Amino acid sequence: MTDKDSKDGIYPEPQFDRGPIADIASARASRRQFIKGVIASGVVASSAGLMYGCSREEVAASGGVERMLRLTINGETRTVDVLPNETLAMTLRYKLNLTGTKLGCDRGECGACTVLIDDVSTYSCSTLTHMVRGRSITTIEGLESADGTLHPVQQAMIDELGPQCGFCTPGQILSAVALLKSNPSPTRDEVRHALSGNLCRCGAYDHYLNSVMRAAEMA
Amino acid sequence: MAYKLIGSNFVPPDIRGKVTGSAKYAEDFRVDNMAYCRLLLSPIPHARVRSIDTSRAEAMPGVLGILTAEDVPAQPAPADPILTNEPMFIGQPILAVAAVDETTAHDAIDAIEIDYEPLPFCVDPLESLFPGGDDARTDGNVVDNRLTGPPSIRQMKWGAADFAAVNEGQLPTGEPAAEWSYGDIDAGFENAALVLDESFVTAGMSHHSMEPRSAMAYWQNGKCFVFGSTQSQSFVIPDLANYIGITPQELVYVAETCGGGFGSKGSAYPVMSIPAHMSKKIGQPVMMRISRAEEYYLGFARTGFQGRIRLGFAADGRITAADVYIVQENGATVGFPDWPSAGETVSILYQPPAMRWRGIAVQTNTPPRSAQRGPGHNQTVSAVEPLIDKAARALGIDRYEMRRINAPGREARFGENQAPVTSCYLQEAMAKGAAAFDWENKRALSGQRNGSKVTGVAVSQAFHPAGFAGFDGIVRLTPQGQLHVHTGIGNLGTYSHTGTSRIAAEVLNCDWENCVVERGDTRKNLPWNIGQFGSNTSFTMARTNYVAAMDALSKLKEIASIDLGGEPDDYDIGEHRVFAKADPARGLTYAEAAQRAIELGGKFDGHELPDDINPMTRESATALAGTGIIGVARDNLPITGQPAAFVAGFIQIELDIETGKFDIIDYLAVADCGTVIHPQGLATQIKGGGVMGFGMATLERHIYDPQNGLPGTVGLYQAKPASYLDVPETMRTDAVDEPDPQSPLGTKGIGEPVMGAGSAALICAISDALGGHYFNRVPITTDQIVNAAAGRDQSHGPLQVNTA
Repeated sequence: MTDKDSKDGIYPEPQFDRGPIADIASARASRRQFIKGVIASGVVASSAGLMYGCSREEVAASGGVERMLRLTINGETRTVDVLPNETLAMTLRYKLNLTGTKLGCDRGECGACTVLIDDVSTYSCSTLTHMVRGRSITTIEGLESADGTLHPVQQAMIDELGPQCGFCTPGQILSAVALLKSNPSPTRDEVRHALSGNLCRCGAYDHYLNSVMRAAEMA
Repeated sequence: MAYKLIGSNFVPPDIRGKVTGSAKYAEDFRVDNMAYCRLLLSPIPHARVRSIDTSRAEAMPGVLGILTAEDVPAQPAPADPILTNEPMFIGQPILAVAAVDETTAHDAIDAIEIDYEPLPFCVDPLESLFPGGDDARTDGNVVDNRLTGPPSIRQMKWGAADFAAVNEGQLPTGEPAAEWSYGDIDAGFENAALVLDESFVTAGMSHHSMEPRSAMAYWQNGKCFVFGSTQSQSFVIPDLANYIGITPQELVYVAETCGGGFGSKGSAYPVMSIPAHMSKKIGQPVMMRISRAEEYYLGFARTGFQGRIRLGFAADGRITAADVYIVQENGATVGFPDWPSAGETVSILYQPPAMRWRGIAVQTNTPPRSAQRGPGHNQTVSAVEPLIDKAARALGIDRYEMRRINAPGREARFGENQAPVTSCYLQEAMAKGAAAFDWENKRALSGQRNGSKVTGVAVSQAFHPAGFAGFDGIVRLTPQGQLHVHTGIGNLGTYSHTGTSRIAAEVLNCDWENCVVERGDTRKNLPWNIGQFGSNTSFTMARTNYVAAMDALSKLKEIASIDLGGEPDDYDIGEHRVFAKADPARGLTYAEAAQRAIELGGKFDGHELPDDINPMTRESATALAGTGIIGVARDNLPITGQPAAFVAGFIQIELDIETGKFDIIDYLAVADCGTVIHPQGLATQIKGGGVMGFGMATLERHIYDPQNGLPGTVGLYQAKPASYLDVPETMRTDAVDEPDPQSPLGTKGIGEPVMGAGSAALICAISDALGGHYFNRVPITTDQIVNAAAGRDQSHGPLQVNTA
């Protein structure tokens, strides 16, 4: 919300999406030194331009929050410079180049950003990266084996033609993987409840359910 | 006829990327030195910008550039502008700010002072047509956006007397902006045993594609590179180049994967050119992310209808006359011609011997409108199919039988000119569905009570045009022995880019393992193709890929005859060889023939091209020249009718009349889509369309505050696309699978009527569970159901739009 655009008070403000980080803009800090450190130490920043909070040298450093985090992502330890107010989805997509995690709404409505945190499906758009230190994070990129073998849910999604446009697919798959870890033989009704936090505008629900049921049978 | 590839499932080349996360959507591309751009959106439904003060923003560290309407090409009214100084809806982009990061861009936008002069606005078409009513635009309130010429805008007001019908809850029918008729309508109604005259409202609704329309652009070596979110590929290029202000040759456009469009990303849209303009201005790449909320403002929407339909029926159920009037809520810009499709849909589905259609598209200060899956057709079946049920009940005729009596057959006629269709197997689809659903026994369940739950059973029909003609195809046989099918259609998520490419492989009798689909990027040298919209791909692209493959086939045979003697007709193909019919051992492999084509040059390897292909196709084929046998042709195959797709839907629900909640117990839809290309793909289209239809029927709508023009549906949780829990646990599909004679292998499109069938079926079933109550409104929400079940008045007026 902003109070700047409404001049005459006649028109109440529409709720523009300011993004979770913009609201805490004052927490920004200069990060040039950190970035230099990251680059010097050989940790790869995925995009040359970081999306949020790129260096603004005149802005005072925020107080008291560690910035360089070690995150366990897809079984690897990644060192990454994280703002205090940065969401896990932004860290994954814009710092670690794990763009398989999608942002459909960036506000906990659609489920396209679903990842696993200690095997529990979680909206990464609504999770601060600082909250997942020491936790095991699994993204869609982490399901495939090193030899290219797909996770049974991924393979079943191909066999059953699960995706249409595919944008919600990574989230659907991760919700299904989380379900099968806790309930390896779910009923179809249990699957649809477990996946009900993942919207699909193509309406491919039936094929997604077929895929998950097939994966459960294969496993 | 049995085919080797057509009618079989396949693993689409892009599906692995979708399940592993490696598929690239627009926001997934990264380049060095990327800046970020945000939009300043209008907070007011209609205003004039008096002044903009960007001085504080420009002084902020990290701000790289600001674009205003003066910096981008103006678009001719009533087209959607790129940026504007006269915003006409809440959320319309006024200016864009680029910065080193999004936070800085946000801060800069907050520091910009804009002085707005509020202007009158309108969110109800009828109010704008009323004498003295406010117009949504300063240059008029009625748009003619039919695709027969450039769109035009004018002011139209009806007389106060025209509005007398409102007092009876009926739609006033003043002077229309357009109309047509055929047959003797008056006689049709005079001779009718039953005349129904009903007014209805269908709500405007958002597309909510899961992928917001983000875009990234940069300039390199005199070319502009744009990575966008569109359903289509080649078709985007002329308009996008025009928005950017360059020639199509100067544009490299990448749309490998699109996270849903449903019509809202069918072609180029103005906002996607902003990163290109900004990149030019600041000299570095620009990523523009569009947020979910912004999607609801500038991401387009389906038009709403205030309609009235009069239907005459003979005692035996045959329709004697139809009279349709549509007032379309069109948004503030050019919108989309859903309104004429309403007339076409009634004409084709019920074949009235006499009919009149009238319509008018009225501007409102609401989101811009575009096609949305079955634009006009699906609103129409949602409103009219339950009326067919109402007539059936009044005449004592079974609802399935009522439709069968009126259904189009082989000699179906279409629209104003009563033109023929290329094929119609709706009656077969209905019969197949009735048998599989067991209509005879299921209908007996209608009205059965179980506590507060009542069973509703229904049947529905839907229609959409299903193809175009006259576009180009390119295929290429390489010295490596591979067939490359170059397709410019796009990637909407239907996999028909590959399904139709398999038609070329079928013609050339190629193993699918040796085929490559080239798509999604200008640099893949793609032909001029229409966009992936309008349920057309499986017809249009079947023809283009067929003619290109036939061209390659004739070149194969000609090369063989040059090298091995005889006439081209002496040769046949098989197992990736062209060989003499008389002596199959004598021949060339495709790889050898492709090598020979390069040596022969001329027409064989693309150095000489047909005269009638599009310049885009010519450039692509020229770029490919010398790499093998180039099959390239324009689709000049004859076409003598309107390609048409039909769907029959069958549904059983349980409706709780105390809560308004319902469960869909069974849903079955049968498609008339010609020859089935891809059974799995067809099944998920039918089911997914059904899901979208259930949302249209009962959940999705725009809400606007009439006093201030404020939107109330700017989130998924408010606008409510259907979730897993809103739809049945299983759904059933089938197809007639009869070939369309004007499509080379018999295929035609199906993507849109599958939604209409779902919507109409569910509406009819709810109506059935309530003893035939006609709601005069779409969507039917739970409160309306509870009110109807209790015999209470609804909370909205009969013609009110944008209601909660």
